[in-house]
Amino acid sequence: MTEGDQNTSVSVAMVGSGGAGVMTAGNMMLEAATKAGLYGLMTRTVGPQIRGGEAAALLRLSSRPVHCVDDTFDILVAVDWKGAERFAGEVPLGPHSLIITDPATGDIPEILTASGARVVEVPIGELAAAVDGGRANMVILGLVAALIGLSEAPINEIIAKKLRKKGDAAVTASRAAVRAGYQAAVEVTSPVKVATISDDDTGHPKRWLISGNQAAGFGALRGGIRFVAAYPITPATEVLEWMSPNLQKVGGTLVQAEDELASINMAIGASFGGRPSLTATSGPGLSLMMEGIGLAVSSETPVVIVNVMRGGPSTGVPTKSEQTDLNIAVYGLHGDAPHIVTAATSVEDCIFTTQWSVYLAEAMQTAAIVLSDQFMGQASTIIDPPANISFMAQRLVEKAPTEDYLRYAVTADGVSAMTLPGTPGGQYTADGLEHNPKGLPSTLMEDHRDQMDKRDRKVADFNYGDHWADVEGDEGCELVVLTWGSTTNAVREGIERLKAEGIDCKLVAIRLLLPALPLQFDQALKGAKRILVVEQSHSGQFLKLLRAHYDMPGEIKSFRRPGPLIIRPGEIVDILKEWNAL
Amino acid sequence: MNELTPKKFKASDYKTKLKPVWCSGCGDYHVLMSVTQAFAKLKLDPKNIAVISGIGCSSRIPAYTNTYGFHTIHGRGLAVATGVKVARPELTVIAAGGDGDGFSIGGNHFLHACRRNTDMTYIVMDNEVYGMTKGQPSPTTDPSWDSALSPGGTGLSPFHPLVIALASGANFIARTFSGDVKGTASVIADAIEHPGFSFVQILSPCVTFRPDQKAWKEKVHEAMVPETDDPARAARRLMSDDGFNTGVLYRGTREPYRFSCGEEKGDITEIQKQFEV
Repeated sequence: MTEGDQNTSVSVAMVGSGGAGVMTAGNMMLEAATKAGLYGLMTRTVGPQIRGGEAAALLRLSSRPVHCVDDTFDILVAVDWKGAERFAGEVPLGPHSLIITDPATGDIPEILTASGARVVEVPIGELAAAVDGGRANMVILGLVAALIGLSEAPINEIIAKKLRKKGDAAVTASRAAVRAGYQAAVEVTSPVKVATISDDDTGHPKRWLISGNQAAGFGALRGGIRFVAAYPITPATEVLEWMSPNLQKVGGTLVQAEDELASINMAIGASFGGRPSLTATSGPGLSLMMEGIGLAVSSETPVVIVNVMRGGPSTGVPTKSEQTDLNIAVYGLHGDAPHIVTAATSVEDCIFTTQWSVYLAEAMQTAAIVLSDQFMGQASTIIDPPANISFMAQRLVEKAPTEDYLRYAVTADGVSAMTLPGTPGGQYTADGLEHNPKGLPSTLMEDHRDQMDKRDRKVADFNYGDHWADVEGDEGCELVVLTWGSTTNAVREGIERLKAEGIDCKLVAIRLLLPALPLQFDQALKGAKRILVVEQSHSGQFLKLLRAHYDMPGEIKSFRRPGPLIIRPGEIVDILKEWNAL
Repeated sequence: MNELTPKKFKASDYKTKLKPVWCSGCGDYHVLMSVTQAFAKLKLDPKNIAVISGIGCSSRIPAYTNTYGFHTIHGRGLAVATGVKVARPELTVIAAGGDGDGFSIGGNHFLHACRRNTDMTYIVMDNEVYGMTKGQPSPTTDPSWDSALSPGGTGLSPFHPLVIALASGANFIARTFSGDVKGTASVIADAIEHPGFSFVQILSPCVTFRPDQKAWKEKVHEAMVPETDDPARAARRLMSDDGFNTGVLYRGTREPYRFSCGEEKGDITEIQKQFEV
């Protein structure tokens, strides 16, 4: 919620220790909101425990599409406060906020009450216990739904859908608990309601409820990926779990590998066999895959690696978000190894960017690393049905090679036609050793130079169109924010708010992080006098990448911090306002 | 070679003209002969074979065969080969390499390739030494073998590849001697034909760093007892053998890995319906 714009959106945090069911309640609320014609975003924060740790479902609902979290939460409601102090820093409150607590669950952590938020006591546990089979998370669901103005019908519909398998008794009990929550809400003054929505709003095509990890998997499948090798890792596992059953529907398959060394190399093998191939991982797995990615570059075997970033280094903060695998994605390969690094700019954009990256890897016969992060990957969002994207895997394949066929022929655009096993007369040996145009190992200076030139040329000279960045704002705008990845959405919302106050600012969110495109960059930054570089990294990896590859005009300011604390729109507004006033 | 006449299959048809990097007298020359003889014996079309290797002397073999090939990175040949086979189940897939590549840096892939039981053949040219890096002890080296890297020997018990293959689930286990070209060719052909993961250890002497291995030709002998499909009997026999028994030692009946890519099917617009609310 922003001041003076009361009904733009509502932000709710539902917290409880693991097993309390706050994620279930959050998911139900998100689906019910969709049924009621709303948009929404749900992120989650969890501790490291497998079961039983602290957990929070963080929702933002609005009548307009939602891509980022708001500055503060309007409502914080707890099943219990066990471990809540460990994520309290991620749930900012203000004097306008409402904390709902069950007096039976003990004191609210001081860090939360210090915000000046109003506290209301509701006997959540008692209300749940009064219902046969009732659970506190369902009471909370009803309570919050009533407070934000969401009617009971869509909630009941979702309960029936979600709990059907558990039987009628479970459905009845949950509905009764939700009812109890609604009744309890009568005693509470709501801080904010969302814009009135018609419960039977059917005037639009069916919206999608999708997470960034599902979106990446879907984009990959739509782009033509038919082989995936997988090794589980938080927070990328859902990409793989989504793809496994869905690949089978289109004639593809997923192999669970013994480690990341195997998964990248299996993907390379399958791609050599002619199937567009992918693996998904996170930081530690990406570190292990580096040698394999170099093999894909050298042997010119297309492969896509979706890397869902988490806090690093080493094991780091596996369950929480950070934008710090940029350096390894860009610079992690030994030797001079031209490849592609892209980054999705929103949950929804995980579809486009992954699909586009499949196209790029296949078209240029090289490795493409797609960067997503825990925030986007594990956030569920309601979106309008995404447009069809024309980018499909399309590899230059030689089907009828002649006697003089050269697998690594030095061509004008650097791409050489590839034969697939089974093609008569097309036999060659793919190699990580430097090779001559025929593919035979070579240590000759000329072969090394020519093949390096060719591999570089195909990536550097490729036509990436307008997709290299999201550039929004007027040409010649003096104030510019440069950012990338999930941070883009907080920046975009911040810029929108500034515009309402009469301050113009341009957004340049870079989707193509490697190779650098200086001409396009210069064009986008034309007239810029003040550039704010925003990223979720302690060391400023993005700023350093920009400084290494581009000439940035004017004054540069860096706004950065490590994860997991998300960057919020209000922070962007404050920095830019202050700077603009100077 | 674009086409093979359907009646005549010669080992030489499966070789390229490239001169191997191997030392004169290296056992791997014989292995190359055996591999190509096995292809000829099975009348395989070279375009339908993929030879995949890691890094090391023996891993140079793909470029010497006139098939599709992939000379990958150290230790990862089996992983790449698995990807090829799952993506293109109709191909004959051969993984090849040395003892350091397969049992040390690639050891984990060896265990899981045996366990996964993908239908392919893994040939390890075992010379108990890292040759390409000029003579360091490998997992199969005798504990007392002296070298610059491990003066006085490693003091470590050698790895027993056949026992580990059996314990990990390999479906076909054999040992041959490179000097017996025909015998080795016959075992490789058998291994290719056997469904599932087939493992062939070929004792292939390194004349440069292990001249003592010239004596292998006197030591090797055919296995005294016939092959078995009983893992318990195979285990007993592999644990008690002298390391020079040759022939097919175990032939299992386990079903090969069954998840492969198939024909393109389905409709993506059906798949996306799951996201609609």
